[in-house]
Amino acid sequence: MSDSRKILAIYSYMDLLIDTIKELRSKGFEDIRAFSPVPSHEIEDALDRGYEPSKVKYFTLCGAILGACVGAAFTVLTSLDWPIVTSAKPIVSVPPYMIIIFECMILIGGLSTFLGLIINSRLRKNVDPIHYDERFSNDKFGILVTVDSGDFEQVEHILRDFGSEELKLNGEVLEEKVIEEETEEEKPAEAAADEKPVETEEEKPAEAAADKKESDS
Amino acid sequence: MSQIAEADKYSNLNKTVMNMLNKPSFGWWAIFIFDMIFLAFGIYCFIYQVYTGLGVAGYSHPVLWGVYITDFVFWVGIAHSGTLISAVLFLFRAKFRMSIYRIAEAMTVFAVATAGLFPIIHLGRPWNFYWLLPYPNQRGLWVNFDSPLLWDVFAVSTYATISSVFFFIGMIPDIAAIRDTVVGKAKKALYSVLSLGWKGSNWEWSTYTRAYFYFACFATPLVISVHSVVSWDFAMANTPGWHTTIFPPYFVAGAIFSGLAMVITLCIPLRLIFKLEDYITMENFEGMSKMIILTSCIVFYAYLIEFFIAWYSGNKYEYDQFLYRANGDYAFFYWTMMFCNGIVPHALWFKKIRNNLVILFIISLLINVGMWFERFNIIVISLSKEFEPGSWGLYKPSWVELGITVGSFAWFFMFFLIFVRTLPALSIAEIKEILPVPRKNGGSNHE
Repeated sequence: MSDSRKILAIYSYMDLLIDTIKELRSKGFEDIRAFSPVPSHEIEDALDRGYEPSKVKYFTLCGAILGACVGAAFTVLTSLDWPIVTSAKPIVSVPPYMIIIFECMILIGGLSTFLGLIINSRLRKNVDPIHYDERFSNDKFGILVTVDSGDFEQVEHILRDFGSEELKLNGEVLEEKVIEEETEEEKPAEAAADEKPVETEEEKPAEAAADKKESDS
Repeated sequence: MSQIAEADKYSNLNKTVMNMLNKPSFGWWAIFIFDMIFLAFGIYCFIYQVYTGLGVAGYSHPVLWGVYITDFVFWVGIAHSGTLISAVLFLFRAKFRMSIYRIAEAMTVFAVATAGLFPIIHLGRPWNFYWLLPYPNQRGLWVNFDSPLLWDVFAVSTYATISSVFFFIGMIPDIAAIRDTVVGKAKKALYSVLSLGWKGSNWEWSTYTRAYFYFACFATPLVISVHSVVSWDFAMANTPGWHTTIFPPYFVAGAIFSGLAMVITLCIPLRLIFKLEDYITMENFEGMSKMIILTSCIVFYAYLIEFFIAWYSGNKYEYDQFLYRANGDYAFFYWTMMFCNGIVPHALWFKKIRNNLVILFIISLLINVGMWFERFNIIVISLSKEFEPGSWGLYKPSWVELGITVGSFAWFFMFFLIFVRTLPALSIAEIKEILPVPRKNGGSNHE
């Protein structure tokens, strides 16, 4: 294990997410990955990914050129392989072959774009499922920050201060510490009130279940 | 108030789509079984034809392309508007496409799957259909690349492949959304595989949007090329009524016209059944209606200019062919086509009619009928009266042909019924793009 840790912050609001990204970057944390249910230029801009354009276009271009070459070679070579004059046309009659060449160009160009998509988005820069939250495909936004252990506290503070609803470290919620502190502070007051702790304990699982239900739906 | 409702839409969209994937209701099963009965009849007709021979189809000299080729052209045409809505309107950034494009794309894929059957059904020995494909064989003989029928093989199979992949790419983020919500191990595993592990990270989105854009750029000329190639099946022959240069644009416009009508035919009941009023709005129908008016004008203009050129060219065979279409044995088909495609769509100039979904639904059905008749007119009437009076003849579709045609509709709707219950019929990611993003401190949605 290296001494870097990945902390995942979950947000309900896009603007809070953007502000957090900007703050983190201003503090020098650059290894940030954002999650959203929709593509967003705002996130792209905040992360300043403009300088690193996607490489899919090379797949598309190469596929299209390859497809056109395959189409041309296929029509011409098969015609020459068994030269039969049909409809008094030349053995290699270019105009009708252009249609086949065009279709092959689109076919192989399209398929290689698909390949490019898979290679570039999935295989090259995959995120471990442990750093993913299922709500990102619904209505939540998130950022995954990779930090050195020494900076962990600072980043955690920034994320909390900027409105993160939940922090996760390797799939486990990081909120416990805060809850414990709060409950410890509240305990004397609660103890003063009659049998309150029992009630809250009963409520808590119910609340958690309700929360889970909401997130499930 | 409306802002709150809009905000709700954002989080409720996933719920709405998931509700569509719930256990099918009794109504769905009833429709599905009803559909299966027609499909079974279509399959029976095909088996009967294979056993008995192509004689049971109504083919008689000189009309040797009949209802099957009409069906082929009709279904390829239907397939066109899906890619138009998903690719062309995507490039034009037409927002009204967002909530209907998935339905249109699904329609494209299923319509191509239907169209592809007909050249095979139309063969005397359908089991030899693979002779159409260029493959190394013992005779060392290759296919004839000069033949428009072979261009068709390449164009339609390319279109089927690309539109299927395009359909799938568009669904990846939405399948991931289903994967994240769906209950049940088997379902979760299935959707996990189909989502290709999509997580919606910024890197994935930026690659995805680029790839989608390039795909749209490929699909756009492909749409135009495919129906042009289909039109050349006819235009390359010197048969009167076929041999015109107007055919490619005329066919492409007709294809988009019929496809849009079919999208409306599918969307209106779907919206009603699944209560999608919040997402498939009147704006969507407005947009489609306006495009129907445009394409109807192009098609109607083509009908008229064909007549004009037949007269103006001084070519007697051509002119007689058109007079025969309007006054001959098939005049009913011709005037029905004129009425359904040329006159009826102009009712959509009125906003009240555009906004009345019952009338819009009826208009869309009439357009579908009209477009089927258009293909019938072009194919059958031209063949029945070619150059030599000695070989003129009439053609009547047989019950086998009509049975297979009905079966093809059942085949198409079968796919569609399964689709709405298994895959996201609304594009979650794209609709969210036009909904306001949740923000704590306000601000505009679009940067």
